[in-house]
Amino acid sequence: MAGPVRITLDDYRAVAPRGAVDFVLRLAETVRGRRLVHVTASRYGGGIAATLNRVLPVVNALGVETTWEIIVGTAEFDAGARSLALALHGTEQVVTEAMLERLHATCVDNAARLPLEGDLVMVHGGAPFLLVDRRPDAGRWIWRGHGDLSAPQAQVWAFLRRFLPRYDAAVLSRRSFAPPLPIPRFLIAPAVDPLDDRNRDMSRLEQAQRLDRLGVPRDKPYLVQVGEFTRTQDPQGVINAYRLVKKRHDVRLVLAGPEPSDSSTVLDEVREAAQADGDVVPVVLGGAADADLNALERGATVVVQKPLRADFALDVACAMWKGKPVIGSPVGGIPDQIVPHATGYVVSTVEGAAFRLRNLLNSPELIGRMGAAARETVRHRFLITRDLADHLGLLAHLTK
Amino acid sequence: MTLMPFVFHGCLAVRELVGPEAWDARALLEGVGQVSDEMLFTHTAGTMLRRPVQGDAWPNDFALWAATELGDQALAERLAMVDVFDAGSLDALRANLVAVLEDHLHRGPVATAPVPAREPFVFLRSHVVPVPLGVTASTLREFRDGLAVVDASALFYHVVEVRYRLGRDRGDFAEWTEQGLGRADLAERLTRIDAHVGSLERIRDRCLSVLEDALVTS
Repeated sequence: MAGPVRITLDDYRAVAPRGAVDFVLRLAETVRGRRLVHVTASRYGGGIAATLNRVLPVVNALGVETTWEIIVGTAEFDAGARSLALALHGTEQVVTEAMLERLHATCVDNAARLPLEGDLVMVHGGAPFLLVDRRPDAGRWIWRGHGDLSAPQAQVWAFLRRFLPRYDAAVLSRRSFAPPLPIPRFLIAPAVDPLDDRNRDMSRLEQAQRLDRLGVPRDKPYLVQVGEFTRTQDPQGVINAYRLVKKRHDVRLVLAGPEPSDSSTVLDEVREAAQADGDVVPVVLGGAADADLNALERGATVVVQKPLRADFALDVACAMWKGKPVIGSPVGGIPDQIVPHATGYVVSTVEGAAFRLRNLLNSPELIGRMGAAARETVRHRFLITRDLADHLGLLAHLTK
Repeated sequence: MTLMPFVFHGCLAVRELVGPEAWDARALLEGVGQVSDEMLFTHTAGTMLRRPVQGDAWPNDFALWAATELGDQALAERLAMVDVFDAGSLDALRANLVAVLEDHLHRGPVATAPVPAREPFVFLRSHVVPVPLGVTASTLREFRDGLAVVDASALFYHVVEVRYRLGRDRGDFAEWTEQGLGRADLAERLTRIDAHVGSLERIRDRCLSVLEDALVTS
């Protein structure tokens, strides 16, 4: 079911903290007339593309002229850009000099073609990074790094680093994600959109229908982890924690993630566990899965996010927004979202997860209290209205 | 009737990573001794702007880091009790932080070998962007009504920022109720509200209680 086609800032009044929408309106007045340009590698998909699709009409309606440009290149460029993105996030890739030169040449071509004149130009991610080599003198150029960039592949980083001084600043999602840079580094945490399909309100009927279609029985409480079927997401660890809990509590465990892109032994292992225990329910999600994830999170009693490594892991905030306590591992942005003992727990081990799960399942009132606190935490810290304010604030600060 | 209307301002902090980094309590002590007053403010009272409702969380970044990254509960507890509201000035705040860290480093197991943190403490600078909210008050009732609806950052700006970072003695609310409304009694009560109640929303609640009382009795 699609959300509203065109969102306005006023639509957020019902969900944002009191005064927050008016704050954004007034903040926008202080930068009205300034021009903001975003550049990304794609207009489609989740993450920043989804956010920009939602936010751009809102920002333009506020009087801040905002455009969104896409860098285009050949299939070889696209493949190189994908490798670059992985290398920037620390996954070792084969990146040749020729690939880097091709990235550079494509960016040079695009810089000549794209309208990149703005008071603030925000370049997102690795693919358009080298546009800065042909930047105009006017305006301020910001590199927006998404995810954990603290340990990029050395050879790739050495190449890109030469161009960093051409930027005026960088924006990172959290402290630990920030590599040392020769330019100012600002922090803006990502946010969730409470009106999109993943987080919008959902009737009990729709929720039930979606759970039925996903094959998740509704006859007993369930725990859920949302994440790919990979070792990094550690579904086996979550199953082991569930098994410790299961000795005392009649619950299910739902492990939901997208169809693996390659033949996944991890999914096979999860399915094996499900064959041995009917209360382990793997859910392989289809293409447009946001509303299904919404239903899964709303139906859960407690949400677990226990990856071994993560970027900001906004799945945590998504679950918290639905009033669920979250038990998460101390990796990536998870500790930034969970307030220990108030909205959930940060745990390092299978036993720690099991201990906290049992504790919560023994105290339904604690689940309710933590869930309510979790929703309020997201309302004040991780909603898109805060993200909008942070970006307008950055525009005000850098172009004053 | 008052001569000067109160103009509510909110604010936003643009956060910049500037370093230094501290990997243990000793390095944190060195950092606390070196960085600007503004950065100490950012990591203590400044954190309220980022957690307007979570009054029960660790009240400053130093305590949070000691608890979650250093795993030193004792140090976290001691750092949690250091704040600019009690210290009264940023100089005194720095002195109190240094005293806690020095004392902690001179006793217990960390005296001989400080434990390394899982993640370093990285010092931040906040660039505060004030934002006029378009809400003004000329009477006590308008002031109460305005305070009830403005963004929580207005509480930070008028009560915490101007008082403890910009050094305006009593904060804007108390100042205006006395100078604008001629209500010294109200100013006194607003001044006495403990900014260390944990969150901006709690400060708002306390302020609104005082204003409600004043409206009922006036």
